[in-house]
Amino acid sequence: MDVLSVRNVYEDAERAKDKKAPIGADVTIENFTDETLNAIDMIDDLDDLNRQTKKDLLKVGVDTDEKNRSGSFLQVDQSNIFTNNAMSNSVEVMNIGVALDKYKWLEDYIWNVVKPDADKYTAKTALREQKDGINSGYFVRSLPGTREVMPVQACMFIGEEGIMQTAHNVIIAEENSELHLITGCATGDDISSAMHVGVSEMYLKPGAKITFTMVHNWAEQVEVRPRTGVKLMDNSTYINNYILTSPVSTLQSYPTAYCDGENSRAIFQSIQGGKKDSIIDVGSRVLLNAKGARGEVISRAVSQDESKIYSRGHLAGTVPEVKGHLECHGLVLDDDSFIYAVPELEASSANLEMSHEAAVGKISEDEINYLTSRGISEEDAESMIVRGFLNMDITGLPDELAEQTQNMIDMSVEGM
Amino acid sequence: MLLEIENLAVEVAGKKVLKNINLSIGEGETHVLLGPNGAGKSTLFLTILGFPQYKVVQGSIKFKGQDITELTTAERVQLGIGVSFQTPPSIRGVSVRDLLKIESHQDMDEDLNPRMKELADQLKFSDEFLDRDVNYGFSGGEVKRSEILQLLAQMPDFTMFDEPDSGVDIENVELIASEIGTLLDKDKPQGSRKRSGLLITHLGYILNFVSADKAHVLIDGVISCSGNPTEILEDIRKNGFNGCVECAQCL
Ligand SMILES: Nc1ncnc2c1ncn2[C@@H]1O[C@H](COP(=O)(O)OP(=O)(O)O)[C@@H](O)[C@H]1O
Ligand SMILES: [Mg+2]
Repeated sequence: MDVLSVRNVYEDAERAKDKKAPIGADVTIENFTDETLNAIDMIDDLDDLNRQTKKDLLKVGVDTDEKNRSGSFLQVDQSNIFTNNAMSNSVEVMNIGVALDKYKWLEDYIWNVVKPDADKYTAKTALREQKDGINSGYFVRSLPGTREVMPVQACMFIGEEGIMQTAHNVIIAEENSELHLITGCATGDDISSAMHVGVSEMYLKPGAKITFTMVHNWAEQVEVRPRTGVKLMDNSTYINNYILTSPVSTLQSYPTAYCDGENSRAIFQSIQGGKKDSIIDVGSRVLLNAKGARGEVISRAVSQDESKIYSRGHLAGTVPEVKGHLECHGLVLDDDSFIYAVPELEASSANLEMSHEAAVGKISEDEINYLTSRGISEEDAESMIVRGFLNMDITGLPDELAEQTQNMIDMSVEGM
Repeated sequence: MLLEIENLAVEVAGKKVLKNINLSIGEGETHVLLGPNGAGKSTLFLTILGFPQYKVVQGSIKFKGQDITELTTAERVQLGIGVSFQTPPSIRGVSVRDLLKIESHQDMDEDLNPRMKELADQLKFSDEFLDRDVNYGFSGGEVKRSEILQLLAQMPDFTMFDEPDSGVDIENVELIASEIGTLLDKDKPQGSRKRSGLLITHLGYILNFVSADKAHVLIDGVISCSGNPTEILEDIRKNGFNGCVECAQCL
């Protein structure tokens, strides 16, 4: 705790506890209750979960059989009920509290790439930590020089009505290592309203690679505010895949990658399907702060059933010889739905290359007609086009994971 | 008659494009529709197919004895009509393989059936090619061959081809023509052919490779003459479409 108090984390948080986020609807945190830390007992095996929960987890990519996984972590409400750290010699998976006890140096990585006073949600997370200790969330680390192709799976699950779940995750890929994560967030079937704030801080040491694939499946009245920061050192590569195709109340996130190392590279790929009055505000930001750094932000958004999607992207080049590309495509399926694409390019140096491509519109009639001329009904033609539009090829995953991820996307997109 | 068009008039985007069209195609027959650019050939094709923008303001279209004028495109296709487009759109995320499965009534979860794979091979498509998004970045020849391959998956009773030879090199025209032959039962003796078709071409080039039973010339939205394909084509080659205009005036 020493390092954190020296750094004034809690004072900063205290000051920011009413600070509205710059974008996204303002959520009244007080409407949600703080669930007691570790109120739920640990389980010995993911198999001990009930059938419905298993199904809910599978939908967000978390396999309770732990097949083709290198580790597992499950947090339900405010309790870390399962951790499996024994599956790989290359990666460590622990509760963040356990990890902080084990590694003194880990404190340097806490509240470093995400600021406690960023807004009231980060502040709330920090203040809760001040009270309860840093005990919610996971720590995942790949050891230097290792390459584990199987992913670690981590899941945040909300099982109690009306609660506010917070988590603080730290992911570190040590020098020249490769680490893959599948993280799923979901709510139990009987939950109507809740709130989730997940603070995630990721660090890529020189030559490291992380792929981070996140699937969200919230309930219709859940407020979601993930806060993610990624720090990239020399020659490292970060690939973020985000998939949301189920309804939510409001969701706002703007993960930011700091390409501070030379030739570092960050890629954000996201698939957003807006349904049932959801208000989704998802952006990705890459700061290109070192020579040879590259950033790519690619998103596909489809809005229907009176949903609103704000699809943001921001690339900022601060030094010469960096490259960035932003691509944002949206389909609006009915008159009551809405997509607002905000691609931003910012260059504060000469001799850099940044481009963007944005297109928002309705489904092409020519494409529908073409499919109907093959005997496909208009309705089926529309959903085929939507699924095809969302089903982008995810790049950068090892073969073993690419197929699984594709299946996850297929499954998410199937219901659109 | 398999297809019977009576006294048809069609409007597109508020403009009258086709007038007084009468056309009947019997079982086992192949007809050609000739005519200069802008005459209304594609409009007739898309009206028979039932695209929503093409408004039938007069007359009717019957297929297999049923009035199909009010049916949707998908319903017409399910009755046994198939088409190959001149310039089809590309669709991201929809592969040729997906379409072939749907067209050959296969389950999407199954592997593509061996017969389709063989046909793809015949049309010079590799297995990887089938996973490409349909028409996306295809060459002119690839577009046409993919259209024909999809028709081979459907094997419609009545097939319409809109300019199947345009933008295709000579070698591919012969390949395409041979598959059109398959779709139109050309390998069978004339009397026992079942499948019928309408070939649309403004150059008539494809007719060097596919035989037709009857030709129609469309000029300014009107069928100006109908008759023996060889004779009409010879006349057009000698006198251009002007001859047909005069011919219509004689009628
Ligand atoms: N979708 C459309 N919108 C507006 N005009 C159209 C449309 N389709 C066809 N037309 C018009 O109808 C006429 C016939 O076109 P088309 O049927 O494409 O001729 P062809 O196939 O014989 O070259 C042209 O004047 C064309 O501009
Ligand atoms: Mg035409």
